[in-house]
Formats: sequence, structure tokens, C-alpha cells
Amino acid sequence: MLGYIIQRLIQAGFVMLAMSLLVFLGVYAIGNPIDVLISPDATQDIREATIRHYGLDQPLWRQYIAFLERLLQGDLGRSFVLNIPVLQLVLSRLPATLELALASVLIGAFVGIPLGVYAGYRPDSAASKTIMAASVLGFSVPTFWVGLILILTFAVNLDWLPAGDRGTTIEVFGIGWSFLTWDGLRFLALPALNLSLFKLAMLIRLSRAGTREIMLSDTVKFARAAGLSDFTILRRHVLRLISIPLVTVFGLEFGSTLAFAVVTETIFSWPGVGKLIIDSITSLDRPVMVGYLVLVAFFFVTINLMVDLTYAVLDPRLRRGRRV
Amino acid sequence: MAAFWRDYRENWVATLALVVVVLIVVAALAAPLITPQDPYDLANLNLRDARRPPGFVGSGGYVHWLGTDAQGRDLFSAILYGLRISLQMGIAAGAVAFGIGTALGIMAANIGGAIEQGIMRLVDLQLSFPAILLALVLVAMLGQGRVPLIIALVTAQYAYFARTAYGAATAERQKDYIEAARATPLPGRSIVLRHLLPNCLPPLIVVGTVQIANAISLEATLSFLGLGLPPTEPSLGMLIANGFQYMMSGRTWISVYPGIALIVLIVAINVVGDQLRDQFNPRLRR
Repeated sequence: MLGYIIQRLIQAGFVMLAMSLLVFLGVYAIGNPIDVLISPDATQDIREATIRHYGLDQPLWRQYIAFLERLLQGDLGRSFVLNIPVLQLVLSRLPATLELALASVLIGAFVGIPLGVYAGYRPDSAASKTIMAASVLGFSVPTFWVGLILILTFAVNLDWLPAGDRGTTIEVFGIGWSFLTWDGLRFLALPALNLSLFKLAMLIRLSRAGTREIMLSDTVKFARAAGLSDFTILRRHVLRLISIPLVTVFGLEFGSTLAFAVVTETIFSWPGVGKLIIDSITSLDRPVMVGYLVLVAFFFVTINLMVDLTYAVLDPRLRRGRRV
Repeated sequence: MAAFWRDYRENWVATLALVVVVLIVVAALAAPLITPQDPYDLANLNLRDARRPPGFVGSGGYVHWLGTDAQGRDLFSAILYGLRISLQMGIAAGAVAFGIGTALGIMAANIGGAIEQGIMRLVDLQLSFPAILLALVLVAMLGQGRVPLIIALVTAQYAYFARTAYGAATAERQKDYIEAARATPLPGRSIVLRHLLPNCLPPLIVVGTVQIANAISLEATLSFLGLGLPPTEPSLGMLIANGFQYMMSGRTWISVYPGIALIVLIVAINVVGDQLRDQFNPRLRR
């Protein structure tokens, strides 16, 4: 088990290193690093001072080492537009995105898994067929379009829920959270639903396929023979057995949720990191772009690592195999 | 081929979807002939016609069946021209990704060793990274325009083709007919091109169909975010984005009709892809 964890940690370190190299090459080598680090309206003196400060007159490999050093110190440069450190800027926007992503993943899990298990338990019923048709739509229809329809239906036509911004937030540990107030929850509802649709569709499909397979297995036959009710079987055996692939997808999806939040946040003007990156792209605020990329890559690697470790805890085969 | 069509026609939903795809492609190709207006020619636009509801008879003397947008464009014309751009982008990106991905996948399967490891690691890494983020970064780095957009879409998608081609090629390579072809004095290149590649095509065609739909969807998303093509050539995504600001005031048609066109196209392509997958799958064949 310990060997497995160490092995995965080393792997994650390597992936992170590869990512930083890619970002470095992408922005510093292909693009002009002077454009990245110095605002176009800087004076000649500042320009030269910054070139010297960041060592842009040095060879490329030296620059990469320096880039890594700054990265490890958490120095991602300053935003041209807002003139605050990028790390601080991204971190200040992060809670809003995390809140949105978490809410949407929870909706996906608590709605998607029961629906999927039901569709797998009664595959021929009309309700199951409707669920499956809806999940096909959820897969193929682009997120931004669903967001528009949600706004049109619930915000414009019915006027039930607000769309845009975050509403009232309550400060806990110096960070504003929406989900603690009723008003904030109302603002959270539509974006979270929008972001959850893809996950919903995916979890429905996966848990349906898993349930169908497991319902035919000996475990379920014996449990039936032992006189357990179907509900108990579903809850105790099926749910536990399908949980392993679900945790993987769940974790991976949490990562891609952070990425897809870009679209949802733009539509609903949700003040998270996704909206920040779009704003920084349109205003050519390159340090923010680099900082965002590095942080998202870091999240990705961390989440993948956590998923793998959870896997090891859930799947006894993996645990035993690695211990020998 | 005839048997293939007979099987295909048995599924009426898939047949309908295919008809819809063909109709949309024909309509997009024939757009200059069937639209009342060239939406890119500014001389045709009249601001007095702007934001009119569907059915309005504009200064051009014809009926705007789907209304007009904020610049006074006839929405029906704009949608057909937008479909042209969306389809062009989707098919171009899909074709290039198909070529690059298939070449890489088959190369990895054939050469093996460090090259196989290198290519497939890169592909796996990319598959775990969300396509939209990659496309976003590339568009941000390369700027706007057709070529950067296609590069971004291809980079985001080639990995799916590479993975599929690699899987198919490794499975095919172990079969007897490849073994037999190796025993003949044929050069390795023609074994790969004449024998291996054609037998790897069915799964690749399925992935290709779905990826064209995905490319169209991704392009629309990027255009919607303002990172796609320049506003002078509005694709469907940009038409939807343009209408977004008027939606709150009840002028919903500007966004909704291009959106419906986009959805119908994407869903229809996906349904066709699903049917192809079922038909190519030997396990489901009776």
C-alpha cells in the first residue's frame, strides 16, 4: 500500500513537471515572453529592468529553471490589468468556482446515480427509456445552449430564479460562500444545474450499465434466495459494487467540471476563475492565463492522485496486489 | 453495401437523422441560392429592420420568417450561412484530426518500443485533460481566425482517433491475414496501407462521425465565448452569442433559432454515429 502511494506520488510529480514544461514552452518559447511579462505601455526603463529581473537574456534551459523556481515560491507574476499578484487573484476567485463545481457534482451524484440504478433495475419500463433518452440529449447538447434555455425558461419567462452574479454571500474564514444563505442558494441553482447536466448524463449511463450487469450476477441471486427485498439488494450490494468505477469518473469529472465552469460562469456571470480566464484572454492579460493554467493542471494532477488512492482503498484486489 | 443500407433503414430514427443531416448539408451548400439575402454583405443590411420578430416584412420586400438580428440581418439567411461555417470547421477539423490521429495510432502499434510508449502516454495524458480547456488555451495563444481555430480543434481531438486506431491496429495485427501478408515479399508500408488500415476503418469512421459533431459543438462554444472566428463571419455560436444580450428583453428568437439549428445538427449526427457503431459491432449483428 505504502509503495503504491509513493509510486503514484512520484508519477504525479513527473506529470506536473511535464505540464509546467508544456506551459513554459507554450507561452514563453512560442509566444514572446516580453509580451507575457511586461505590459505594452511600460516605459523603456521598466522594460529593461524586467528583462533583467526575469533573466530573459539567459539561455532557454536556464529560463525554465528560473520559471520553476518562481513557480515553487508561488510567484506567478502580476496581472497587467488589475496589478495584483496572479496567485492572489486566482485564489480569491477560486471559492466561487469550487462552490459551483461541488454543487453540480452533488446534483449529478444524488440525481444521476438513483436514476441510473433505476434504469438498470427496470430497463424496459417507459420511465427508464425516458431517462435514457434524456441522458443522450445531455451528452450531445452543448452546455452553453442548455444554459441559455435555463435562463430563458426559469429567469425570463417564469421569473422564478435569478441568473447572473452570486447573490448574498456569508463570510466564513474570510471567504464569501453563497450556499449559506437562501438568496445565495437561489443564485446558485441555475448555474449548478447547468454545469451538472453532462455529469448527470454520464452517471446515469454508467450506473445503469453497472446495475444491469450486477443484477445478473450470483451475488444478487443468492441475496434474493436469502429473502432480501429488492430495495435492500440495490442499496447494500448493487450500489457498493458499482461505486468503484463511479468514484473514478466522479473524481475525473470534478476536474473537468473546473474546466467546463468556464462556459457556465460566462453565461451566468458567476465571478469564479472560469470567468477570470475568459476576461484575461479577451484583455490579453497573459500572466493570469499562465497562472490559471498552472493551477488547473495542479488541481487535475492532485484530483487524479486522490482518485487513484481512493481506488486502492475501495478495491481490495489492488490493495493486496500491491502489498506483495 | 446494399445489405448495409437495408440494415440501416430498419432503424427509422437513424434514417430520419440521416435525412436531416443530408438536408442540412445541402441547404448549407446551396445557401446563396435559397436565402433571400447575403448576410455578410453590409450593403444589404438596413438598421430599420433590426430585431424584428419572425414573420416581419422588411425593407427588402420579403418576409423574414425567422425574424432579424441586431444588425438587421435576415435570421434565416444568417443561420444557413452560419451552418456553412460550422460545418466547414467541423469537417475540416475532423478530417485533419482523423488523419493525424490515425497515423499516430497505427504508427505506435506498428513500430512499438519507445515510440509506442511515447505516443500513447501523450495521448492518455491529453485524454484526461478536458478538450475545451486545451482549445481555449490554443485559441488564446494563437489568436483568432480559421487556421488557429482548426489547429485548436484538431489538438483537442486527434487523441480520440489515435487511441481508437491504436486499439484497432493492435487487435488486427495479431490476425492471420496480416501474418500471411508478412510472409509475402510485400514491403511493410503496403501491408500497413493496403491491409491493416482498411480493416481499422470501421471504428474510426464511428469516432469520426461523433467527433465532427463534437468539433461543431466545441467551435460553437468557443465562438459563443467570443474566441472563435471574427464577427464578420458569424458561425452559429456567434449568432447565438449576439442574440444572448437581447434575450432578457424578450427578443428570444435571435438566439433560439440558431440554437435550434445547432442542436438539430449535432443530435442528428450523433444518432447517425450511434447507428453506425451498432452496425459495425459484430457482437450486435444477427
